[in-house]
Amino acid sequence: MVIQGEAVGDDVARLEEVARRIRIEIVRTVHKTGVGHMGGSLSEADLLTALYFRELKVRPEEPDWADRDRFVLSKGHASVGLYATLAVRGYFPVAELLTFDSLGSRLQGHPDMTRLPGLDMSTGSLGLGISAAVGIALGSRTLGRTNRTYALLGDGECQEGSVWEAAFVAARYGLDQLVAIVDHNRLQQYGWQGDTPEHRLPPEAPGELRDKWSAFGWRVIEIDGHHMASILDALSQARSAQGRPVAIIATTVKGKGVSFAEGRYEWHVRVPNADEYALAMRELGETVRAGQEVRS
Amino acid sequence: MTLPMGRAMREVFGETVSELANQDQRIVMLDGDLGSSTRGEIFQRAHVDRYFQMGIAEQNMLGVAAGMASVGLIPYISTFVAFAVIRPLDQIRVLIAQPRLNVKITAGYAGLFTGRAGKTHQVVDDISIMRAMPNMVTLSPADDTETAEVLRWSATYQGPVYVRLVRDATQHLFDSGYTFQFGAAVALRDGSDVTLISTGAQTPRVVDAAETLAARGFQAGVLHVPTIKPLDVQAIVQAAERSNLVVTIEEHTVIGGLGGAIAETLSEHRPTRLFRIGLADVFGQSASNDDLLEAYGLSANRVADRISALMTSGPGRSGPAQPISTEERER
Repeated sequence: MVIQGEAVGDDVARLEEVARRIRIEIVRTVHKTGVGHMGGSLSEADLLTALYFRELKVRPEEPDWADRDRFVLSKGHASVGLYATLAVRGYFPVAELLTFDSLGSRLQGHPDMTRLPGLDMSTGSLGLGISAAVGIALGSRTLGRTNRTYALLGDGECQEGSVWEAAFVAARYGLDQLVAIVDHNRLQQYGWQGDTPEHRLPPEAPGELRDKWSAFGWRVIEIDGHHMASILDALSQARSAQGRPVAIIATTVKGKGVSFAEGRYEWHVRVPNADEYALAMRELGETVRAGQEVRS
Repeated sequence: MTLPMGRAMREVFGETVSELANQDQRIVMLDGDLGSSTRGEIFQRAHVDRYFQMGIAEQNMLGVAAGMASVGLIPYISTFVAFAVIRPLDQIRVLIAQPRLNVKITAGYAGLFTGRAGKTHQVVDDISIMRAMPNMVTLSPADDTETAEVLRWSATYQGPVYVRLVRDATQHLFDSGYTFQFGAAVALRDGSDVTLISTGAQTPRVVDAAETLAARGFQAGVLHVPTIKPLDVQAIVQAAERSNLVVTIEEHTVIGGLGGAIAETLSEHRPTRLFRIGLADVFGQSASNDDLLEAYGLSANRVADRISALMTSGPGRSGPAQPISTEERER
């Protein structure tokens, strides 16, 4: 049983339990509020778990702590995944997730740093957040701070040209306290058609992201983005980087953890109906009864 | 008698931001490979550790500025309007304006004077774009003195600021004792026949035009608007009340810029006969500065002639007058 609000450290089993809890909150939030990008939120859940429950030096009770590590969700549409993570980590009550995307909510459809403490940048248009992360890292270094900066990008997002402007400048300044993690779930919203209309091709060919980030001067680490021990190891390696930024290419599955959503492009932005919700909760180990929900 | 030439705004930009950085360690400069043109080089020489070459990658540069501002620095941008505003507009909107981050978009080469670079570099719609953007303070100083004042003020303001700067030497209008007051228009001349409202480096040319008009028997009031947003509604309404005829003049498109702002304001607060002089929905072109001012009707003489014609032919108080701002379309 995870106690909300605590970092977990290196305990892989407990981190996996946290990730399961976060996935439950993602699916619940999207189903109950009727909005949200579920597929990309589920694919990033393990990465966010590792960041917020092991890696990041943050204080949920003091979200504006000046020396905190920074995190930028460059793939801002997957905000539900971040909100679920922040809630479980103790930044705000889990119940507040059900205000997601409603009028006046702190949990805007795309992250709004002016509304929710704990968000280090407002994002939404793809390709922007990584530049802000470069600025945070360069600015922090200029101010003599030792905090680290992390940005999470989508693989589809890497089609934006500004990502590569940012990659170039980060390498040029040797920002070794900057880590870009690419949630390589191999699907974008619609993408290029494959053999059939339902078959959508991945945003990049296998190895293409590794080659590109490497060519731009970044140290590249490739991992299975759902294998918690590998994620922790990659983040540890990134900490010892010297003289250049680190890109972690995390191969993931869009909709991970929910059978009918896994690897299906339609679940980029789709809301599970009652039956789908019940099935998803069962698969995630959460019992749903009529009118009430009992947590496992 | 015409106003004397002053120093180029870009020189004042490099020097003033550099001086500000002496006093405030949070001030940094981000340059899009144009420091030798914008005179950001002056800042680099004085503060090499706080000058950041961002390369020819302006979308990223504005995003980096947002990130730096979010950790407490005060970034000043060194590039041309075309690349400080138009190219990275989404970064400005999402990363700077909406979150109210403390970035100073100090853009050079505004208006027609771009060192003969022509249509790509002559941005004619930046005032319209920036003043329409929520949270964005929009400033357009008239001369060297006011440029320094505006830049000094910008460092004291917490939030995004757009400052429109001219490349070349322009006429000197304000003495060294002048103090910029944020949000206040500046009455430069009284006159009850017509009220001329201008902004930026066009204002000295309008002051000269008013002299010429006086010699022809027309008393023109002149109101300078360095703060396009937030607009000094009270001063504009008062200026309109004095003459019942208002002409806006700007080195910018007549659509949505100063003229648009004045038209909106007067329509709501004091409906007044209004004409807009500026670029009549056209792009610029490469030529000498003097030729450009003549061609687009913005030299002091051309402004005076156009207003004289307006006064003589008499727009009347009823019926549609030929809007003189569209005459450039046929040129």
